[in-house]
Amino acid sequence: MTPPPRVEEGTSTPEPRGGPGVARRRRGPVSTAGVRFGADAPVTPYWRVAAGYGVLLLMAFVSLYPVVTIWITGFKTDAELLMGFFALPETWHPENFVTAWNTGHFGTFFANSVIVVVPVVLVSLVLSTLAGFGFARWRFRGSTLIFFVLLLGLMVPFEGVIIPLYYYMKALGLLNSYWALILPQIGMSVAFGTFWMRAFFLTAEPELLDAAAVDGANPLQALVRVMLPLAGPALLTLGVLFFTWTWNEFLLALVLVSDTSVRTLPVGLGFFVGQHSADVTLLAAGATIVSVPIVIVFIVFQRNFIRGMVGGALKG
Amino acid sequence: MRRPGERAWWPYAFIAPAFAVYLAFVFLPVLDTVRYSFTQWDGLTAPVFIGIDNYVRAVTDPVFLQSLGNNLALTFWFCLLPIAIGLVITSLIARSGLPGAWFFRTAAFLPYVLSLVVVGVAWGWIYSPVFGPLNQFLEAIGLSDLARPWLGDFDTALPAVGVIGTWVQYGFVTILMVAGVQKIDEQLYEAARLDGASSWQQFRNVTLPGLRNEITVALVFTLIASFRVFDLIFVLTKGGPANQTSVLSFIVYKNAFQYNALGYAAAMAVILTAIILVISVFVVRWREREGAAA
Repeated sequence: MTPPPRVEEGTSTPEPRGGPGVARRRRGPVSTAGVRFGADAPVTPYWRVAAGYGVLLLMAFVSLYPVVTIWITGFKTDAELLMGFFALPETWHPENFVTAWNTGHFGTFFANSVIVVVPVVLVSLVLSTLAGFGFARWRFRGSTLIFFVLLLGLMVPFEGVIIPLYYYMKALGLLNSYWALILPQIGMSVAFGTFWMRAFFLTAEPELLDAAAVDGANPLQALVRVMLPLAGPALLTLGVLFFTWTWNEFLLALVLVSDTSVRTLPVGLGFFVGQHSADVTLLAAGATIVSVPIVIVFIVFQRNFIRGMVGGALKG
Repeated sequence: MRRPGERAWWPYAFIAPAFAVYLAFVFLPVLDTVRYSFTQWDGLTAPVFIGIDNYVRAVTDPVFLQSLGNNLALTFWFCLLPIAIGLVITSLIARSGLPGAWFFRTAAFLPYVLSLVVVGVAWGWIYSPVFGPLNQFLEAIGLSDLARPWLGDFDTALPAVGVIGTWVQYGFVTILMVAGVQKIDEQLYEAARLDGASSWQQFRNVTLPGLRNEITVALVFTLIASFRVFDLIFVLTKGGPANQTSVLSFIVYKNAFQYNALGYAAAMAVILTAIILVISVFVVRWREREGAAA
């Protein structure tokens, strides 16, 4: 696999010329001296740089503290819980993770989550690409109506479909199966995915939509040979969003699956909370197991993630 | 447009697979939820048509009304507060393009990508009455009188859940706004400065109007999130104490899958879905009008 081309951020921030470090204080009114970040940027006074970093540090602390605390707590013994809320464990105890993984069934939940997430992401990407291309390339009888019906899927919460879904799955004999989780999540994902890919095909290289017709390729060949090589970044971002939504999905997996052997991580953790509410360190280990994959994906694909969520939001 | 030699069914062949799955597992269930909402149904015997009785029952049901009220109260914590915080942070750091911003962006966005169950576990521990960090902290600074079981206390349970919502949302909102501010034309600020506008006046007259789009989007996303707090409630409070943290999505679940009152649950699910649809459509419309005006 070739790495996706790096797309630059909206604004780049070259290194400061002067360096913000040593601002010599002048007496009297607030200094107007400052630092210029980037050639065209206005001069930022030193006090604003300091205030800016102060705010950013506070923000980072507030956002990270609850998460990091729970990760560290997973390595503590019960006795160490009382040693204060910033204390690190004296020795790091991986036992909680072993207990959660084996006796807490988190190993099974983890496997189940992977079994559900992988097909949802892959199939949704393929179906979204096909449908997005279809809407971008053609206007056809019923296209407006079908598009509006799909539009509804962007807004409907799972609460609005869960009751009938339970009885459909029961009738189909699919309760307590992976299918019960995979099929509805593909249905939800393709609604957003179709919009996303349609927007990509319309804005990326509109003239290419026509180009392939010239050399006699059929539309599917045109999509695969001409458009798809360009769609890497769009597909990657979409895939990351699908992964997050599916990995974190809770209500569907809570209702449609009651058998522990099919449970996914979030629901497994949800029930674990009920059973082990007093066992904080074990609970923390479980929460760590659920959160680490998403955090790794988030950090690796940080740009795609933020652009996807913020950009997707703005396209609305 | 169809080109010569292309068959008329090509578009349908491309769209059919996605649309079929969507129809079967999203669109039909929505229609069926609406249909069930006009029936009395226990899930075993045949549903009995009862007209709008379920909706009448909802608007006279104190638990439904309290849950709706709680949802509305949570919008303060999930929407207004994050947007206010986002604007303050944006005004403090915006346009300075501080180096190292990527690290802070990653940190601030992290809560938004986590499973809400994990968020619930983390905050459940922070609020824990026994040795929870919050109570330990209050004791350390000599305010042990304030220490309490935050999620179990009648008065603090809902705000305690709300604070978690603020924590999840504010980073996303802030990043949205910081990205928006960078798109505002620098010349607008220069013109304002030449006119002698203070920082506050620049913020009010340049930044705020320039962020109108971002603020709207943030409002929709956070509003929808505030009506979909199911995971947090399920993990942390189960709606308690005494329905103080009960919300619409949670009573839909309880009525459908614990009390087998499926018709009633469907009616409340329809109301919940309708609220989310109205919010979304209202904003899309509003933005279209704004776009047309601009």
